[in-house]
Amino acid sequence: MIFLKLIVTNLRRHRIRSLISVAGIAFSVAAMLTVVTILQGAIGMFSGILSNDSQIIVFERNVSDLFFSNVPASSADRIAGWPQVLHADPVLFGIVSSAGHPIITLFGVTAQDARIRKADWLSGDRQTFASHSDDVVLGERAAEFLGVGLGDHVPIGHGIFHVIGILRTANGFEDGGIFMPLAAAQAFFHKEGSSSVITIKLKNKDDAASFKSMVKSQFPNLIALEDAEFTRSYSQFRILKATAWAVGGCGLLLGGLGIANTMIMSVFTRIREIAILRVNGFSRVQIGGIIFGESAAVSVLGAIAGLLTGTCFLFALKLVPALHGYVDTTIHLPIMMIVILLALCTGIAGALYPAAYAMQVRAVEALRFE
Amino acid sequence: MNSFADVNGHTRTVLRAADLWKSYDQGAIQVLKGVNFEAIEGETVALCGPSGCGKSTLLHLFGGLDEPDRGRVSVNGSEVNRHRDLLKLLRHEVGFVFQLHNLIPDLTLAENCLIPTVAAGINKLTAQARLRDLASRTGLSHRLNHRIQKLSGGERQRTALCRALMNSPRILLADEPTGSLDEQSSSMVFELLLELVAGEGITLLMATHDRGLAERCDRLVEMHDGRVLEHVHA
Repeated sequence: MIFLKLIVTNLRRHRIRSLISVAGIAFSVAAMLTVVTILQGAIGMFSGILSNDSQIIVFERNVSDLFFSNVPASSADRIAGWPQVLHADPVLFGIVSSAGHPIITLFGVTAQDARIRKADWLSGDRQTFASHSDDVVLGERAAEFLGVGLGDHVPIGHGIFHVIGILRTANGFEDGGIFMPLAAAQAFFHKEGSSSVITIKLKNKDDAASFKSMVKSQFPNLIALEDAEFTRSYSQFRILKATAWAVGGCGLLLGGLGIANTMIMSVFTRIREIAILRVNGFSRVQIGGIIFGESAAVSVLGAIAGLLTGTCFLFALKLVPALHGYVDTTIHLPIMMIVILLALCTGIAGALYPAAYAMQVRAVEALRFE
Repeated sequence: MNSFADVNGHTRTVLRAADLWKSYDQGAIQVLKGVNFEAIEGETVALCGPSGCGKSTLLHLFGGLDEPDRGRVSVNGSEVNRHRDLLKLLRHEVGFVFQLHNLIPDLTLAENCLIPTVAAGINKLTAQARLRDLASRTGLSHRLNHRIQKLSGGERQRTALCRALMNSPRILLADEPTGSLDEQSSSMVFELLLELVAGEGITLLMATHDRGLAERCDRLVEMHDGRVLEHVHA
């Protein structure tokens, strides 16, 4: 109890300094949580686009980005004929621009695609999709930021397209995107006869392994991955995740430096007290324990405050109309645990030098000059 | 046979310094110059001498807080600093009282006193019982939950005395324990000190400038310029 009180006493003795350290960790944790959660959400949404009513994605082997993947349309036709396949939908991705909006995702899809079949059509008739090559359907948010409605014409790239429908999806990318008939999209991007991916729905999920081996044997240039496999292995996702953790890690590093500074000051200003404890039988390990205990307390308090701040921030972001569908506020328990653990490790790392210094304090030196 | 001998006339040396040398600043300041000293169990010894003559250094060496350049320091028959667990020495065998009370101001009197018991891992109930006993004997029972800032100088030094005796050490090393007190408080604390060490059979080695107090110890050892000049039996 007294051991704990020695820890708490020193934190209370320098309240402002302790609060600044807690705030440093809290902001770092909040930043890490926010960045990681937003990116996880974005990755989830992107995966959602690919796995919309499908279980397997087929794309070009060894391609660095799905936008560069070329899958021959003939492959989709052949695969669709395989006995274990319920349906195979080719999808062509591309980035287009419109007046004042340089980056909009365009989806080239067939009329049978789940995005068209199952979306909530706010206006227009899904039966009319792909009737004309200059028809497009807009996601709700795309229609909003482009300022167009049903029946209007919208400039995309060098062409003018007719808006025949507006649909709502829960996915931010799709909601901010443009849907074009596959053939029109192929012509637009000069990729006649090819798509970026083929999304596959099997009659029986258990056939996934045999399906993948068939793709491997019959289309050596293509690769088939189940949705979860794709999310784990897609290099872009891995880069994004690594970036998110690196950004958060940098934040925590700064927080750790704050703790180190606080703990160094804390040790320097009570050399005499440490000497008294040593004279009264405290071992070096016990002295180190006090210093690590203080930094751990700061880290845990900071982590809790950071989790609360980060959660509030994520909810606030979700309320911003422009970010509708892009921010997923679901904070996953593993992420939360990792963030707390990292904060704790940061605190301990920040206390390494101060603790080592405190453990080396020679009582006789500190007490000689009374 | 002196008064510290047992029924068979045996005495036991608990503190021994043999040809002890100690310097600071890489030999620039020679503090102890071949000190030889012994104290037997239950004896009260006063170290007198001018400032800088090596009194405090000798106490620190007996407490294992510092190491001699040359010579040997033994406590209870074991050589300090060599083949010896210094933590055991500080936790169970010696207690320290300094000129300044050296208490932790943010803790209460009781918490300050319990620090050595926490360090030594002594059972909480045992520690509390010992605290109550010492507090009662030093007249501090009513102040146990008071913070150090609320205590008078005399009370603080009595608290320091309690803390030094919490783990029932057999040796008390006191470095001018009344040096920062007024005459009245000084006398009161010293009386208490003698009473406690006599009651528990503790060996007291006390550095002091106050010859009046020193003469009330069993033995007075005069130090000058890093050497022991004479032993005077009071």
